[in-house]
Amino acid sequence: MTLATAASGGRVSVPKRSIRTPYPTWFFLPAAVIYAVLFLFPTLASLFFSMTRWTLFNWTFIGFDNFVQFFKEPFLVQGLVNTLIYAAVTSGLKVVLGLLFGMLLTSEIWARDYLRSVVFFPVLVSTVGVGITFTVLMHPTQGLINESLALIGLPGPGWLTNPRLALLSVALVDVWKGVGLATVIYIAGIVSIPRDYYEAARIDGADAVQRFWNITLPLARPATVTVVLLSLIGGLRSFDLIWSMTRGGPGFTSDVIASVIYKQYQAGFYGLSTAGNVVLFVMVALIIVPLSIALNRREVAR
Amino acid sequence: MSPQRRYLSGLLAILVSTVVFVIPFAFILLTALKDKKESALRSFSWPASFHLWDNLVQVIQARDYMLLTAFLNSTILTVVSVTLMVVFGAMVGFVLQRRPSIWTSIASFFVLVGLIMPPAVVPTIWVLQSLGLFKTLHGMILIEVAYGLSFSILLFRAFVATIPRELDEAATIDGAGPLQLFFRIILPLLKPVVVTVIVVQSVAIFNDFTNPLYYLPGKQNVTVQLTLYNFQSMFDTSYNLLFMNVLLITIPPLIVFLFFNRQIVAGMTAGAVKG
Repeated sequence: MTLATAASGGRVSVPKRSIRTPYPTWFFLPAAVIYAVLFLFPTLASLFFSMTRWTLFNWTFIGFDNFVQFFKEPFLVQGLVNTLIYAAVTSGLKVVLGLLFGMLLTSEIWARDYLRSVVFFPVLVSTVGVGITFTVLMHPTQGLINESLALIGLPGPGWLTNPRLALLSVALVDVWKGVGLATVIYIAGIVSIPRDYYEAARIDGADAVQRFWNITLPLARPATVTVVLLSLIGGLRSFDLIWSMTRGGPGFTSDVIASVIYKQYQAGFYGLSTAGNVVLFVMVALIIVPLSIALNRREVAR
Repeated sequence: MSPQRRYLSGLLAILVSTVVFVIPFAFILLTALKDKKESALRSFSWPASFHLWDNLVQVIQARDYMLLTAFLNSTILTVVSVTLMVVFGAMVGFVLQRRPSIWTSIASFFVLVGLIMPPAVVPTIWVLQSLGLFKTLHGMILIEVAYGLSFSILLFRAFVATIPRELDEAATIDGAGPLQLFFRIILPLLKPVVVTVIVVQSVAIFNDFTNPLYYLPGKQNVTVQLTLYNFQSMFDTSYNLLFMNVLLITIPPLIVFLFFNRQIVAGMTAGAVKG
């Protein structure tokens, strides 16, 4: 210490360097500025602007009117409900199918590499491209899906034209595109389970079903948590697939919050659109945060 | 499994997966090869005559070579934003892992927020507009960096933990400052995870549709996904051209998939087995 003080009279830089940490906090700075200006600040600002009538250049404060409207207009409420349905259906199917494919593709099945590639590739493909392709494949009379169903004598539904089916059809395409990700996550989880456990269980006389319920399922739990959280987060904010397939139609039957936000934005109702955005934040936070705490806690308890 | 059952179940799996996952891509390819009249039938059939070159030229020439502009823009957008994301993300991940302090807890919190929360679109447009960045490629690049940083930081932080601290100390004793330590010692050692981040984020940004739709409207700045979206209504009756476009847009991810499959899977499954 005395040395440092003594030296500070003459050459300042040498002692300073020896004190300086090799891990400076300013390394955060570039990332922090971009993040704060373009993500954090707009997010905070949205809380205010959701309570205004807003033209981007000036605003009138109107309190909670936008939110009242959001929960009163039937088609906006429908968007809210649809978002929940969409997120639940897609993440539920991704968990079930992902686990199934994951187990199949870690077994000694033939052509494993081919199957893994084929299931995973759609994850990397443009969502809009997938949406356009399936819109054509799901055409009620000429689409490949219904033509194939007709071959075996089944009447094909109007996948995207039937108001009761449109949202689910899009959700199915979402699963088609996303199940590969769930599968590789499950593969990573299942491969990390020590083989000895299965050996021991086999010796103890456990059959395949028991091995699944007592070994695979509980020990692949981190993978399940990841798949559930990832697909819920993705499902709740999903926009591009729905927009490229149905534009929220027929009517408003396949609208979700994200498409409502876009529609209100296009119509110039910036305040209302931002209110939709805030509703989406709240919904994501209310679902994801408690769920991830609960899922991770039970993991620790084990 | 007995060998016979193994082949049988494998055969069945190949059959089902081909029907479900390969036929849609085959449909894209076949439709892209047909002429306008035949493609309008929406049928899954071998083309009566092949029009690969015609369709390709027509799609490229459409709207004043819009597709070429789009590919150029998307390439610039992807390359620049991924580069920034790698450098800035690795800097944060490095310090975050090495030095627990109040700042690192705050940063970790915001990383999580960035992973979970959807962006507030209209206020972001407002901010971009006041900065003069709305409808510019620069603004779009920064947006992609802002949205992608969280995921990159997470991957970098996990990987930095595998690099021994002794290296930092040795470099520091030899007189390396923080910047030298990071860029000359740490960043080269991060190479495997850098490749993973580059590949995963490139695919994500190249395929991004929603953000350019909001922040980069206008003919000058189209990206490939926006072009496809525009062509969807424009080529309403020319499925051959529409699907030629889909085909062209599918090629870059296919190339990435063929060469970097392992890194993509590694990046996307990170965190799945942390238990």
